[in-house]
Amino acid sequence: MAKTKPINRMRCSLPAISINEQTARLLLSAFLMQADPTAEELADLKTAVSEAVTNAIVHGYPDSGGQIFITATLYEDRLFRVQIRDTGCGIEDIPLAMTPLYTTSPEEERAGLGFAVMEAFCDRIRVSSRTGKGTTVTLEKRLTSKQEPGKTR
Amino acid sequence: MHDSVRFEKENNRLTAFLCGELDHHTAGMLRLQIDHMISLQRPKELILDFSAVPFMDSSGIGLILGRHRKMTEIGGSVFLQQMSPRIAQMVALSGIEKTIGQKEES
Repeated sequence: MAKTKPINRMRCSLPAISINEQTARLLLSAFLMQADPTAEELADLKTAVSEAVTNAIVHGYPDSGGQIFITATLYEDRLFRVQIRDTGCGIEDIPLAMTPLYTTSPEEERAGLGFAVMEAFCDRIRVSSRTGKGTTVTLEKRLTSKQEPGKTR
Repeated sequence: MHDSVRFEKENNRLTAFLCGELDHHTAGMLRLQIDHMISLQRPKELILDFSAVPFMDSSGIGLILGRHRKMTEIGGSVFLQQMSPRIAQMVALSGIEKTIGQKEES
């Protein structure tokens, strides 16, 4: 996807505690307001970000806490990109981790659907990880445009 | 703190009215409360009602599957009701609707 100019950016960091799953969703919603997304787009992105942040909390920092870094960028052509980064334990086998229903935490009742949900609700997902260094998940979604003729919202 | 779940018992049917956003943070608490109620009441049917759940991520799927397992252990079953289109979409994505029934109205 060709990148155009960023028009606004939010950077924040939150302690990796589960109450901040909601905090992250609220921050995302607040930032997205300026782009006036459809209810569907907003719900898609809230769900995807919730999954990524939960993964960082549950899997990135399984023992000790840490920080989660979120960078959200809105581009000129209504491309929205959000990066969720942790400096936790990393993922050894990314393709395996992204396999639907695969989970390392069955006792926590994780359904193993986090990445599948992110894929379903975003246009593009990129996962980079280094064992012992951390994981970065990048999600992209192009928001529909009100100006485009023939498109209904 | 406000209640995140309210229960109703009628004959062998236990209905759990979930309330609030359902994510990994809230699922943990809900799981404890629902399981406690299941072991006290030992119902044949557990109905999870989503009418007051404005948001759910895949943690909700984990919660449903976990209760399905719990109910199967005691010879009962789980049903879902009053799901928003959004929650129904998440349920469909997970494929669990093949094993877990849905109720239109209680």
